[in-house]
Amino acid sequence: MDKFFHSVYLNESLCKGCINCIKRCPTEAIRVRKGKAVITNQFCIDCGECVRICSHHAKLIRFDHTDVLKKYEYTVALPAPSLYSQFNNLEDINIVLTALLYLGFDDVYEVSSAAELVSAATRKYLEAHHDKWPVVSTACPSVVRLIRVRFPNLIDHLLPILPPAEVAAMLAREEAIKKTGLPGDKIGIIFISPCPSKVTYSKSPLGVKQSQIDNVLAIKEIYTDLLPLMKKAKESPKNLSASGKIGIGWGGSGGEAAGLITDSYLAADGIENVIRVLEDLEDEKFRNLKFIELNACSGGCVGGVLTVENPYVAKVKLKKLNKYLPVSLNHLEPAGEVTARYGSARYGSAKIDSAEDGRQFYWSDPVKYEPVYQLGGNMVESIAMLNRVEELCNKFPGLDCGSCGAPTCKALAEDIVRGNAVESDCIHILRHHIYELSDDAMNLANDSLAEDVNSDDYINILRRYIGQLSTELSNLKSAQQPDDHADEKRSI
Amino acid sequence: MLNNDVMTLNYTVSPEDFTRAGEASSDVKSKLKQLGVSPEVIRKVSIAMYEGEINMVIHANGGHITVDISAEEIIMELKDNGPGIKDINKAMEAGYSTAPDSIRALGFGAGMGLPNMKKYSDEMNIETELDVGTTVRMIVYM
Repeated sequence: MDKFFHSVYLNESLCKGCINCIKRCPTEAIRVRKGKAVITNQFCIDCGECVRICSHHAKLIRFDHTDVLKKYEYTVALPAPSLYSQFNNLEDINIVLTALLYLGFDDVYEVSSAAELVSAATRKYLEAHHDKWPVVSTACPSVVRLIRVRFPNLIDHLLPILPPAEVAAMLAREEAIKKTGLPGDKIGIIFISPCPSKVTYSKSPLGVKQSQIDNVLAIKEIYTDLLPLMKKAKESPKNLSASGKIGIGWGGSGGEAAGLITDSYLAADGIENVIRVLEDLEDEKFRNLKFIELNACSGGCVGGVLTVENPYVAKVKLKKLNKYLPVSLNHLEPAGEVTARYGSARYGSAKIDSAEDGRQFYWSDPVKYEPVYQLGGNMVESIAMLNRVEELCNKFPGLDCGSCGAPTCKALAEDIVRGNAVESDCIHILRHHIYELSDDAMNLANDSLAEDVNSDDYINILRRYIGQLSTELSNLKSAQQPDDHADEKRSI
Repeated sequence: MLNNDVMTLNYTVSPEDFTRAGEASSDVKSKLKQLGVSPEVIRKVSIAMYEGEINMVIHANGGHITVDISAEEIIMELKDNGPGIKDINKAMEAGYSTAPDSIRALGFGAGMGLPNMKKYSDEMNIETELDVGTTVRMIVYM
């Protein structure tokens, strides 16, 4: 799968070509071209901000539906901890998990169980790698994608451990194979996601060549299916849950850091805040922290664009659920085993071979810097291009009005230098051209009257002016009309 | 006439405005990424320049920064009309600072400004005159 694959796409007929999404996109990845939003794949980090802001609901997210369950002989649901925070007055996580079985899954493996193992492995990694402090969390794929294209100096600080959903998928498949004797490909490992970023992750993972997650369902889509099933499950919930405070806490911002049992950390959420922290981190402004937790969504995963509940209300609900849970139910054992899902009905079958430090959960395919912002093929070329960008910026009005389809005048200048736009895409420049032409035509007319010019010549020159004026005006018109040139761009 | 082998950037560092300190180094940082400069060089330039920028805000009532970027090197010239540096050798010592308490309360003035600028640049020279000002020139090679 393409390393710049994305899960957000556009319903063209709903897109009005307004500028809300281009303004909101934190990596300036979106342009309105010919009246429709298009995205530059290399810049998009799947944060879902454009989905959130689009008032025409033209942005859609690719995810699977419950019919994928039929593809497999045996299916395991991987619910994200944020799922538990979506329901009112939920007292027992087992009710949600039992409802997932009623929905058609053969088993459940909580992502929060795996999260506790990731926390344990992270604690060991932090102790063994003082030179990497502050270590930056890699659980949010959007954050990793952002760092990969924009913060080359921080790549070395990334926590090289797979995110909980991936670890859960690995363990769930292993367990299902043992339990059923089926070959791995007959088993469907299906993640229930709060966000598009993790949908993208399953198709185009980070830190590993291929994800063990087969399909991804959206919390918001199965939410309504689960409600009636939960009513039924409430009567006699099965004992399925096997995660403690640490695992469930991962659903909200600050949860991952809390699992590290240190106060030397910083936790930031919301993509703009994340970018500010990364900028400062790159300038080495925090030298004495052990860990930096970053979540692209406000509130953490509970704020994902595929969730239903207000993220802050959801956090309160998580806290309430967590209140009486033990600290952690999943451990890396010195004997070289994972004691996973301790306390669940199936405890005993879940012992899995492992290194004492959780090394089997480490990245096998390190994330590398992708210099997508580089303008030219070499330094000399890039300097010439950047000089041209500066020159253009001085020419543009600096209003960042977005009428050209780029979020800022600077972004338009960069597009022009890259060959993806032209100066007259700026309506202020275009208007200036039109004024100039009509002024010239007026001067000509006045001069001809005064000097008694040959009327044929006069008419020809006037025709030429009118021709140019019409061309400029048609530029204005075509900027607002759709066409289907896309090149490396895609509709979102 | 624009020389297209070199990019020159000019910044004014406004005095006593900590919220804006770092704007210049952060702009240079994003431009270096667009130029495809190696991450290690970007790191050196942005840290050295940020330290210099903060120094200008704390000690010198702001000033001007000129950055010349070519395929071989990045030259940063930080010029101010501040009080000048009384004892350069002392100022170069790690931990020595003349910053007032009000600045230290903000977490600055740890006495690492000039030492860090020296550490992160490949060449540095300082011209300073009391009550006239200071010019720091730093070069980082590509």
